[in-house]
Amino acid sequence: MPASVGTHLVTQRFGNEQARTLAGYEASGGYSMVRKALSMTPEAITNEVKASNLRGRGGAGFATGVKWGFVPKDAKEVHLVCNADESEPGTCKDRLLIYWDPHLLIEGMIISALALKAKHNYIYIRGEMMREYLVLQAAVKEAYTRGLLGDNVLGSGRAVHLTVHRGAGAYICGEETALLNSLEGLRGQPRLKPPFPAIKGLFNNPTIVNNVETLMNVPFILDKGGAWFNELGMGRSGGTRIVCVSGHVNKPGVFELPMGITFNQIINDICGGVWKGRKAKAVIPGGVSMPPLDADELDVPCEFDALQTDERIKPVMVRPGQQFDLGGGRMLRTMAGSGGIVVLDDQSDIPRALWRILKFFAHESCGQCTPCREGTGWLEKVARRVGHGQGKEGDIDLMASIAHGIAGNTICALGDAAAWPTLGFLTKFRADFEAAIQRRAA
Amino acid sequence: MSLEFSAEAQKKIAALCDRYPTKKPVVLAALHLAQKEHGHLSDDAMRLVARTLDLPYAHVYGVATFYTMFRLEPGGAQTIRMCTNISCMLRGGYEVLDAFEKRLGLKKGEHNAKFTLVEEECIAACDKAPCAVVGTKYFYDITPTQVSDIVAELEREPHPEGEVV
Repeated sequence: MPASVGTHLVTQRFGNEQARTLAGYEASGGYSMVRKALSMTPEAITNEVKASNLRGRGGAGFATGVKWGFVPKDAKEVHLVCNADESEPGTCKDRLLIYWDPHLLIEGMIISALALKAKHNYIYIRGEMMREYLVLQAAVKEAYTRGLLGDNVLGSGRAVHLTVHRGAGAYICGEETALLNSLEGLRGQPRLKPPFPAIKGLFNNPTIVNNVETLMNVPFILDKGGAWFNELGMGRSGGTRIVCVSGHVNKPGVFELPMGITFNQIINDICGGVWKGRKAKAVIPGGVSMPPLDADELDVPCEFDALQTDERIKPVMVRPGQQFDLGGGRMLRTMAGSGGIVVLDDQSDIPRALWRILKFFAHESCGQCTPCREGTGWLEKVARRVGHGQGKEGDIDLMASIAHGIAGNTICALGDAAAWPTLGFLTKFRADFEAAIQRRAA
Repeated sequence: MSLEFSAEAQKKIAALCDRYPTKKPVVLAALHLAQKEHGHLSDDAMRLVARTLDLPYAHVYGVATFYTMFRLEPGGAQTIRMCTNISCMLRGGYEVLDAFEKRLGLKKGEHNAKFTLVEEECIAACDKAPCAVVGTKYFYDITPTQVSDIVAELEREPHPEGEVV
């Protein structure tokens, strides 16, 4: 049965101070799925996750069970790494999930580690999340004391270790191979792929990197079955979806919602409408890396596939008449990304908003690839003058050309993350940029 | 001048080294500890980390200069990280940053003995924008008029980042 607005899995303990401790978590049924997992074969656990159609909640939306399946069967040592480096602007769910339900994450990781036969596992948490780091440290310690972690999980003879690893301030470490380099004690610069981490990752061993929300869904899949979880969702996306709504709405917040809910429903029914009685002008659907939607595109569901393929969403253009090519002639509409929904009202300064997004990417580029290192800085410089009433004739084409030069030409997706929203904003709000430039000329 | 880690820090580093196949992955934690104990990552503090983990100094320097939470120069006892990214900007984040600058008499990036003021990128509290984080303490839905009270509160109850390490 598809989820309804009241269906809460990973957020069901929000607000429950008791459940944040091991005793309270166990009292509310917690860790019973570790026992179940210990009675199952690793293959049986993976098969449930495959059947669930759980997709990665960090941004890419890749099928979790399929990812797990890439680990070579004869691997001697495997690692599971939780990506808790949440820093995509507009995204604020993992920090809350960790704060309110640290043991659910640990339970999800133990089950997943058993499925992957991974002994030494890590949570890479963003350096600035100091409160949440302490919460996780305390919860991991409790789990060790209780025998849930260690060389002999609940007397089963199977080992699952977990270490919380703290970052030190770098958005790029949310990219999984940069994260692995950072975990190894290096600068957080992404690796060239292939090989993908599932083949050669942390310490050169096969490694699965999963997002916080993704791993927290695993105990529910084990409890009620992959088929049940799949039916909660929509199409090829199982389960519920957390969205983080910020910007110009009356009631911003973090909400666990059905996959099929539309942006208009989220804005109007869940968030009390656009503030000050205004209308939405632009909506960023999944963190600032994703091309925006305009006011006519808000009846599409916030589901992974719909955002890529729904024909009501206009394709991103390089310039009028030339569609952006994702490769092999595939067009780019937008993507569900990290679930960070940012609403901009009809009085918003769109060029200034794009400038702020690009300032971020210019700051966070790791400097490894020339198109990104030079291109993001250049884009920010041009967007800054356009966004501050100093734009020049030709700046729109210049921004499009720089963005087009970055996209697809870098080791990791940070280059695309700067290029896509640039092209997306220019495609859908070209008149706003033209007006900003003409204001200066006048 | 040759610096040392406290006995407590040495114990923490030794325990962390047991969690990884080599000492190298402990470099971020050791740099956090060195910054806590010595205020900032001076040349000597980075040499201390290098010596402790058997790493080349150049490697430690390369890592320390990559991550924004490490500072190579002295800073304030507390760091106010004020977000101005898109969700905060849309609800007045820059006005709040201005108010912090005026109240503290500092420009972003500057420090005095008590505070370092940082214009931070998204701190994952977008639903309560504009927001700031100081150590383990979050400030939500900040208006410019609240800034003076926030600073007074931090003077009474400090949240230095070192207490987390």
